[in-house]
Amino acid sequence: MKVLSLVRGAFAAALLLALASVLPTAARAADMEVKIDNFTFGPQQLTVKAGTTVTWINEDDIPHTVVSTGHFRSKALDTDDKFSFTFTTPGSYQYFCGLHPHMQGSIVVEAATGSND
Amino acid sequence: MSAHDDSTDGVSRRKVLECMTWAGTGVLWTVAGGIPTSLGIMGEAAAQTTGMTFLQISDSHVGFDKPANPNALGTLEEAIAKVKALAVKPAFMIHTGDITHLSKDKEFDDAKRIISQAGLDTHYVPGEHDIIDDEPGRQYKERYGKNAKGAGWYSFDQNGVHFVGLVNVVNLKAGGLGNLGPEQLAWLEDDLKAKSASTPVVVFAHIPLWVVYEKWGWGTDDGGKALDLLKRFGSVTVLNGHIHQVMQKVEGNVTFHTARSTAFPQPAPGTAPSPGPMKVPDDKLRGLLGIADVTYKVGSERLAIIDQPLQG
Repeated sequence: MKVLSLVRGAFAAALLLALASVLPTAARAADMEVKIDNFTFGPQQLTVKAGTTVTWINEDDIPHTVVSTGHFRSKALDTDDKFSFTFTTPGSYQYFCGLHPHMQGSIVVEAATGSND
Repeated sequence: MSAHDDSTDGVSRRKVLECMTWAGTGVLWTVAGGIPTSLGIMGEAAAQTTGMTFLQISDSHVGFDKPANPNALGTLEEAIAKVKALAVKPAFMIHTGDITHLSKDKEFDDAKRIISQAGLDTHYVPGEHDIIDDEPGRQYKERYGKNAKGAGWYSFDQNGVHFVGLVNVVNLKAGGLGNLGPEQLAWLEDDLKAKSASTPVVVFAHIPLWVVYEKWGWGTDDGGKALDLLKRFGSVTVLNGHIHQVMQKVEGNVTFHTARSTAFPQPAPGTAPSPGPMKVPDDKLRGLLGIADVTYKVGSERLAIIDQPLQG
């Protein structure tokens, strides 16, 4: 079993390397952060390539949530807590805080494959 | 203690009603002649309690330990100690939500342990901080809402006064304010149907039912619909929390009042970048958590707001 899992691991690693080398650079864009501070999402609007993981970090002394109806819903984030979501499908994602719904933001996801295709 | 209205002649009633003070611990309400009025919970109350009295506390945020008040449980204990020391025992207490900070088991347990020391029946409504457990609202419903409808709304009668506890912190919509929802409004209409217009009604909920400050979400989207259902009543008192400061206004037969938090103050509308906890120097905290109460003396047109800090 152990040998098998090692083989599997090696295979997976090789596959990842292979994938990384053929995927366009945009798909490996740096993951992005949205800070929650003073009851505001910052940046309020963020444009990313498909495949990007966005992480929200709560820097307030009050818990917040990140909710995009039909897409994702975080648990309550206490101070310094984080929530991440990986956007795989292009589109515009509106979200808000389920506790303080006047707090709103959006993520615009663009197709990962661009000029490289 | 300082009085914002010292009852001098020439102070218009409207002006007095608009007087505001910030932060505190509890409000003692007394019902006399069908009109609930609030009194200081220390000392002042003893002088004139011929009617039924009840106490309001709010926003205890048990578990909060941030710089604005590293010991919110401690200040709740201080508030409850004040309640226990009242010369006249209130009939019961209402808690207008945000019992806990993060809906954790231990926070609910600690809150119960402290609040029960008052020795008073306590009627709760949830704040948004009380329904953020993993299965949102389960803890609150199990602990406080077993006999309530929906997310925890209910009514009861005491001494001829009809009390209605509403929930406006669930199913909040993007860009919106507090929310009652059609199911609860239908229930409210039905609940009020059998009541005569002369019945004094006290409505309590966490977020203010009227729009205090939209930019910070301090209001309830469909609060106006609830108020429409209350229009025919001669005496309506709406008690809320959420904004951690005292505000009052009167519109026709309706008196709106928000209570202070027992945990930490929040800024006055628009005076800070956000409504987050307001850090004040340590020696000022209990001054802000002190009591600012409203007194309506039956037979008098004057309504006084009296500031009685915990310390100082």
